[in-house]
Amino acid sequence: MIEMKGICKTYRVRRREAGLGNALKSLFSREYAEVPALQDMTFTVPDGQILGYIGPNGAGKSTTIKILSGILRPDGGVCTVDGLTPWEDRKRHVARLGVVFGQRSQLWWDVPVTESFGLLRDIYRVPEPVFRENLDRLTVLLDLGELLKTPARMLSLGQRMRCEIAAALLHGPKVLFLDEPTIGLDAVSKLKVREFILEQNRLCHTTVLLTTHDMQDIDALCSRVLLIGKGRLLLDGDTARIRTMAGENLSTEESVADLYRRFGI
Amino acid sequence: MKKYWSFFKMRLMAGLQYRAAALAGMSTQFIWGTMEILLYRAFWLEHPERFPMGMESLSAYIWVQQAFLTLFALWNWDFEVLESVKTGSVSYELLRPTDIYSIWMARSIAGRLARGILRMVPVIVVAGLIPAPYGLRLRVSPAVFGLFVLSMALMVLVVCAYTLLVYALTFYLTDPNGLMVVSVAAADLLGGAVVPLPFLPEGLRRFAELTPFGSMQNVPLRIFSGDIPMTDIPGVMGLQVFWIAALVLAGYALTRNGLRRAVILGG
Repeated sequence: MIEMKGICKTYRVRRREAGLGNALKSLFSREYAEVPALQDMTFTVPDGQILGYIGPNGAGKSTTIKILSGILRPDGGVCTVDGLTPWEDRKRHVARLGVVFGQRSQLWWDVPVTESFGLLRDIYRVPEPVFRENLDRLTVLLDLGELLKTPARMLSLGQRMRCEIAAALLHGPKVLFLDEPTIGLDAVSKLKVREFILEQNRLCHTTVLLTTHDMQDIDALCSRVLLIGKGRLLLDGDTARIRTMAGENLSTEESVADLYRRFGI
Repeated sequence: MKKYWSFFKMRLMAGLQYRAAALAGMSTQFIWGTMEILLYRAFWLEHPERFPMGMESLSAYIWVQQAFLTLFALWNWDFEVLESVKTGSVSYELLRPTDIYSIWMARSIAGRLARGILRMVPVIVVAGLIPAPYGLRLRVSPAVFGLFVLSMALMVLVVCAYTLLVYALTFYLTDPNGLMVVSVAAADLLGGAVVPLPFLPEGLRRFAELTPFGSMQNVPLRIFSGDIPMTDIPGVMGLQVFWIAALVLAGYALTRNGLRRAVILGG
């Protein structure tokens, strides 16, 4: 179970006007601006739910994921994932967590994928039989086969993403964070990834938190959606509710765009 | 411990596949060593009695230096680590249940070994075929040779701990380039990379030997070439151990604190 209560985070950003004079001035006194990234973020995710987390760029989605992953410390508020505070109990917390950032790779670039997997097995101390079982299952479901013997740099984006998702699940995490996992993928790869996420959730009861700009991801996967904007939670409900809030005949895409406009974000 | 060992193996394997780099490095080192020997030979022929080391010792020093260059060289930075600290993406490493300083150490040692392994053997073999006093000969007893191997291992730790300290300081700097340039220049002079320390003026040599740079290649190379008397070796290696401890403690503390800052400020 994921619980967030009153989480706040403010970034301190250095600012100065253009020009040489101002550059010199900033050598002696620097001005900082406070940029609130999250304000009073509160929500709960029960085990086994697939939750969509949407909002425009800069809304605070990544900040939330970073806080939940334990790589960012909030300024205030309470947050627990299965009883652990991510940034306090980092090592224990991340051992039970799988994360995929669509824009980053966790595979070793120059060596065959299977070597990266072997390293992850040792890092997470996965017992060999469990590792074998997980790997076999993931190989079938994600159609990895020959990909495992290929260096990551020679994989297409869709192939690599499937390997990334497998890499995040080798240690059998209870919670999975997916940050834009379908970004840049072609239609077939997208469908494959979605199908797999549903399957994983059904078979292993994995809790999935998904951020995306692709509303079809949301339609296909999520039973519940959180909409955030300017660091605040604006809406919490199922996809049907989003649609009813907007006009009747709109697609999810259009409804969300309509909501962004309505909330002024 | 096993995870750091796996990480070490992984980095080693990844580094071993760059055949062209090894080939290019090997020929560079061979040509460089020949040029250095020719240069010193000119001085030596002029005034052999004023040479602070015998020509055989010096040849041994130069050839071992060239063979193991990638182990010694401070400029052999791990730019992936530097970049990750500079951009803040190092915080993503926190997604793994591992200690970052230990991972850095494992990958630094492995990276140096990987770059070195492929090229050291040919250089040693060829240098061994060159006639005395310009070739590579083993001039010390097996016991001293054993100490040489040990001091090589300590040297790798000193060098890696120093580079890790620079990576850790990068948390606090906008750009680590200045620090890196100064470090490399200091190590080149004070560590005996450009000129073996016996060739420096007495006062500077003594000072250099006490700095962390003096505990780098200076120690194993001079043990191997028979320039350090047996009785002095324990003291010199003791100083190596001291610098390892000091550099690791400082680097570890700075990394911890730097990561905490990154986690608070945001990546």
